[in-house]
Amino acid sequence: MAETKEQFEPKIIGFICNWCTAAAADLAGTTRAQYPPNLHPIRVMCSGTVDPVYLIKAMLSGADAVMVGGCHPGDCHYVSGNYKARRKIAQLKQIYKSLGLDENRIWARWISASEGPEFAKFIREITEETRKQGPSKLATDWAL
Amino acid sequence: MTKSATLIVNEGKTRQAINSFLKELFIKKVVDTMLVPLAHPAGTNVVQALVSNPDYLDNADVYSPVMPVNAARIVQSITRLTPVDKKTAVVIRPCEMRAFVELVKLKQIQTDNLLLIGIDCPGAYSVKDYPKFVGEKKTSDEFVKKYDKWAEDTMLRSGCQICEYPYPLTADITIGVFGGDPSKNLLLMAETAKGEEALTKLGLKMDTDSEAAQKRQAAIAKYIPEIKERRKKFFAKTREEIGGEEKLATVFAQCIKCQNCRQACPVCYCRECFFVSPTFELESDKYLRQAEKKGAVRMPSDTLLFHLTRMNHMGASCVGCGACEEACPNDIPLLKIFQLIGSDVQTLFEYVPGRSTEDALPASVFKEKELERIGEK
Repeated sequence: MAETKEQFEPKIIGFICNWCTAAAADLAGTTRAQYPPNLHPIRVMCSGTVDPVYLIKAMLSGADAVMVGGCHPGDCHYVSGNYKARRKIAQLKQIYKSLGLDENRIWARWISASEGPEFAKFIREITEETRKQGPSKLATDWAL
Repeated sequence: MTKSATLIVNEGKTRQAINSFLKELFIKKVVDTMLVPLAHPAGTNVVQALVSNPDYLDNADVYSPVMPVNAARIVQSITRLTPVDKKTAVVIRPCEMRAFVELVKLKQIQTDNLLLIGIDCPGAYSVKDYPKFVGEKKTSDEFVKKYDKWAEDTMLRSGCQICEYPYPLTADITIGVFGGDPSKNLLLMAETAKGEEALTKLGLKMDTDSEAAQKRQAAIAKYIPEIKERRKKFFAKTREEIGGEEKLATVFAQCIKCQNCRQACPVCYCRECFFVSPTFELESDKYLRQAEKKGAVRMPSDTLLFHLTRMNHMGASCVGCGACEEACPNDIPLLKIFQLIGSDVQTLFEYVPGRSTEDALPASVFKEKELERIGEK
């Protein structure tokens, strides 16, 4: 898996909620929407369950970017999980910024069950952006 | 409209005056027990002690410049299972009181029957440095007279040098020194009805908005901009020192992942930390796979993950007491990092840890309209 900058394939770990974004991913698949294979999705019951520790662990273990996908604000299957997720992600991004780390490698997007094409489009976007950013230092430096 | 009384200090013996006041609380049956710093017989430390016999208060040394542990932790260990059933005074520093409030919100402290006595705080030295202070035959009576030397006294703990709130935010009674001369008299301020009742029982003459209380207010109003300026410079310097992957790796290069910082942190309250849970007990092949991913992996594993996670979990509640830095065997500047992170996160959520038990913990609430840059296209 020797990678030069030209052929760099970013690795993206996504935590997607069972009720909206995972259903959108399914829809993207069944409708044959095209998106790059760089996303490694992990289905969780709610975006609100995603503790920052999972995102940091992923980033320190080889992920060039991480994403959390949830229901649109107001539409959470558990009423308010995504609002709580939003606070956690905002806080994590702030901490990265304060430490001079790249907060732009942390993504969140609200994608509902009916938004299959949106899901595919978002995965294209995050893959392209991460490709531009290049390999993450956190993902590759052994001493971190 | 704060009511206050004046405590006369004879012959510059501030410590003695405070100790007689504390004793009076026992004699007049205001309290039956007291958590208070007592000078250890070894002379090299001043430790919190739970006192039931007021004779022991001769050893109390509230203004000794040392804070071995954050006393909020001690109150937690006493009241977590059951509240105290006797009237108990707790004599603590402002940062300890802020941690106390956070722990009340985290349901770790039961406040029934507690009388909170706070002090205007001139700061403290590290436990390691305190014997030097004692060795030079210095006393707390001399130390408290120079109460506003946070910026000049470089032996003070780094947290004390940039402390944002050196005065108690939620005390029942405040022992005030700011703006006054603690070698002549002290201010006893009733901050709550409970505090006023206690001071009245002692038969002290209470004044409303006395001259000394106004002077103290003016002194605090003068310190705040100075403190803010000092913190601003400190944070700018810290950002310079730790910013970016390389510098961050350098800062934590000496970490041995002993987790003393977590153990000492008053607001890291989990009964079982995630980092000592079975999640991190891995089969050998998982370690080998981690090594294969990066070519080499630092052991003990997850050192930086531990610190970054702690910043996420307790950054919003960081009261800046510096217990983490004190506990670090390798002198990693944890207070610096956690105060920078804490301050930024607290600004994000407009949250002041320790200000009030009414302020909800940021992770426990949300607003429908906020942070809209997150998750939207």
